[in-house]
Amino acid sequence: MRVNVTVNGESRRADNVWEGESLLYVLRERLGLPGSKNACEQGECGSCTVDLDGVPACACLVAAGQAEGREVVTVEGLADGEALDPVQEAFVDRGAVQCGFCTPGLLVAAHDLIERVPDPSDVEIREALAGNLCRCTGYEKILDAVRDAAARKAVR
Amino acid sequence: MSAPARSPQELHDTIAGGIGESPLRPDGTLKVRGEFAYSSDLWHEDMLWGATLRSPHPHARIVRLDVSRALAQPGVHAVLTHEDVPGENVYGLKFQDTPALAADLVRYQGEPIAILAADHPEIARQALKEIVVEYDVLEPITDPERAAHDDTLPKLHPGGNLVRHQRIVKGDPAATADVVVSGVYEIGMQDQAFLGPESGLAVPAEDGGVDLYLATQWLHVDQRQTAKALGLPLEKVRLTLSGVGGAFGGREDLSMQIHSCMLALRTGRPVKMSYNRLESFFGHVHRHPAKMYYEHGATRDGKLVYVRAKLYFDGGAYASKTPVVVGNGTTLSVGPYDVPNAHIEGWGVYTNNPTCGAMRGLGAVQPTYAYESQMDKLAAALDMDPAELRIRNALSEGSTVVTGQVVDFPAPVAELVQRVRDLPLPPEPTGARDIRELPGGASNTTHGEGVVRGVGYGVTIKNISYAEGLDDYSTARVRLEVLGGEPVAMVHTAAAEVGQGLVTLQQQIARTELGVTRVSVHPADTSVGDAGSSSASRQTYVTGGAVRNACRAVAEAVCARLGIASEGMTLTGGKVVAADGEVVADLAELLGDTAIEETREFHHRPTYPLDPETGQGDAHVQYGFSAHRAVVDVDLELGLVKVVQLDCAQDVGKAMNPDAVVAQIQGGSAQGLGLAVMEEILVQDGKVRNPSFTDYLIPTILDMPPMRVDVLERPDPHAPYGVRGVGEPPTISATPAIANAIRAATGLELLRVPIRPEHITGV
Ligand code: FES
Ligand code: FES
Repeated sequence: MRVNVTVNGESRRADNVWEGESLLYVLRERLGLPGSKNACEQGECGSCTVDLDGVPACACLVAAGQAEGREVVTVEGLADGEALDPVQEAFVDRGAVQCGFCTPGLLVAAHDLIERVPDPSDVEIREALAGNLCRCTGYEKILDAVRDAAARKAVR
Repeated sequence: MSAPARSPQELHDTIAGGIGESPLRPDGTLKVRGEFAYSSDLWHEDMLWGATLRSPHPHARIVRLDVSRALAQPGVHAVLTHEDVPGENVYGLKFQDTPALAADLVRYQGEPIAILAADHPEIARQALKEIVVEYDVLEPITDPERAAHDDTLPKLHPGGNLVRHQRIVKGDPAATADVVVSGVYEIGMQDQAFLGPESGLAVPAEDGGVDLYLATQWLHVDQRQTAKALGLPLEKVRLTLSGVGGAFGGREDLSMQIHSCMLALRTGRPVKMSYNRLESFFGHVHRHPAKMYYEHGATRDGKLVYVRAKLYFDGGAYASKTPVVVGNGTTLSVGPYDVPNAHIEGWGVYTNNPTCGAMRGLGAVQPTYAYESQMDKLAAALDMDPAELRIRNALSEGSTVVTGQVVDFPAPVAELVQRVRDLPLPPEPTGARDIRELPGGASNTTHGEGVVRGVGYGVTIKNISYAEGLDDYSTARVRLEVLGGEPVAMVHTAAAEVGQGLVTLQQQIARTELGVTRVSVHPADTSVGDAGSSSASRQTYVTGGAVRNACRAVAEAVCARLGIASEGMTLTGGKVVAADGEVVADLAELLGDTAIEETREFHHRPTYPLDPETGQGDAHVQYGFSAHRAVVDVDLELGLVKVVQLDCAQDVGKAMNPDAVVAQIQGGSAQGLGLAVMEEILVQDGKVRNPSFTDYLIPTILDMPPMRVDVLERPDPHAPYGVRGVGEPPTISATPAIANAIRAATGLELLRVPIRPEHITGV
């Protein structure tokens, strides 16, 4: 089948998509956007989190066909050209990135949180990111980064 | 064929900062942009997808294997079995006992039997179902203690079911004491659960060899094992590290290396393999479960008199790192304590359970849980503060450990315990509480009633680097040249960056030693000498040492070019500067369009094998020490645990990158928390019952409490820059601290981790 989807503001088309391919597979293997990660492909780790019509979703659980005609923002779409989004800057500056495999999903989820709740409390941050596993950092620096990102957004 | 379109990056991004500062990672920006190519992101025009058929049985004989139907499927390009292994069908890190593809016997559930390559991953998955295997199913051997002693059991390997037995005897093994406590402790099978799947891309080369781009912890050991199975000389099997999504020991053994290369060589096309999470649980080795019998004897005033212990480590189907686990487990079995008398025995055995191998804290995690449980039990028997008992028995510089080795470097164990003890405790809960911060959280299981609080300590000792006589070294090549009018250093090693921050550290060392601002890191590959493994907390020490040595050789060559002795000269700010501050030369001018390149190795001081009878010997290079204090809230009715706070004090010798050190301690502590309260691969009759992230639980951001980290720097005079390995200790001491805190809260014995709700409620 053919799938048409707007990804990071650009309309894209994927041909010869199999029934059963996920949006994650289409993004990574057909559209050349490997930023969203494939850690569990079971909807458990959040590494593949993308923004689907304004709502964070696990791309591994979305069938490619379900994405037809919808708008997707991936980690590749967060930066504005060379300029990183404040969430991206904060993750780098606060040492919230180690192996970085969880990072794209966390960035999309954190970005969404701050859009909705500009000044989140720690409990709110923890709740919003509870679906994103990170095996490396122990989360402390991720919390720092999200607090910092919120502060950076507030000044901009 | 050329390199893949998505391939490993050179890391040019450099931010000023030398040793002791905390510059940012050179790969950070790539990672937050989603542009960093992990091994599962690699892509090549024309590539095929590889897949693996695995045994559903833990123990079986293969009576028929027929791949013809699978091969006939449209889109399938090759189906290979053990008969197609071009070289020797056996590999292994310590013992050569693991087949690349099972021939007649399968020894664990998930053992690879056949591999195939197809146009699409789904075609590959479907074609696997067309492979016919007939099994004669055998009774699995699953009890490690029996496997160690019962000779009537079937032999899983020609040499029997024992991988290693080690005895350690110190002082009077039959010593007696006034106060004696004993216990039998068990630890479940933990998984590394790195997020990036086992994956890589094998590209056949024109010379009949193969280029493999992959995620691993040790390129050269993979190269040696893969080349042997492929029947190729080493130089025809070239490995390049791609982005690694965590490792924690789980990437030390081979997974898809031989398989992807076999398929690429057979089809003449690039082959990518990438495990999904289910396959990942079967495709890598886990942490050894253990059963440990302990007896501690002490005087009435709380001085340890003796420790006696028997430790059983379940190695599963193949040896992997089991010999090392027995070595570490026994030599570290009494903990960071001064114990005059000891009698320790450790066994590592083969069973039909999943193969166990390296995981962060290798061999030290298991006994630490047991002896730290014993220390609390002893403190209770003596009516003494548990921290005080630990301080009273703490090892210090000059102490003799259980193997007779003298600790000839700082060992501030007592101070670490004092420091965590003195950190402020979280306020005692009063009044109405936010349910999200209680055990059970937002599921609203309690509003604080039935919840009790406990405080516990855990302290550990871990050997750093490889031990027992191994010549453990690393190699670094450093080139200094002028680019854009500015002196630039390029560091090239084969050391694996698995997330820990080694790339940053390499830049810091080169900046400090060569006095330049710009340092880039070449992708790690096998075109430079061996760096050893990114494990055993060794890379900062060993590869750090190699980069330092290569940089100093470059500095010497610079002076040689000037015709001056390098004594007293330093390279600073792009200049060669004499001891009196006089600028002798400008690097950019001196180098012009030439480069200076030097390659050097670093070998740490020798270690020695243990005496097979007494276990005496200078087996270890260095020890790392850490202490944790945990505060927990426990809902007694439901058995739910909330870790309220987890604090750590650790000696790192020298904090090369203080922020990265703290980050390692936080991340390691989270893995220790996981083992204490949730992480376990459940195995029944040799079969894994929870191979998914739905059922194998790892801590989320809701499970990790706030952490205070107190870093000590007591330089080790034998180590480069005084460093002490950082990565493993925090994982080890976190687990017993939490277990002890739950005991303190509940008064229960709790003889097994992970501690589950039913252990607390007793139902
Ligand atoms: S990869 Fe989609 S949730 Fe894990
Ligand atoms: S940084 Fe490795 S999983 Fe989060």
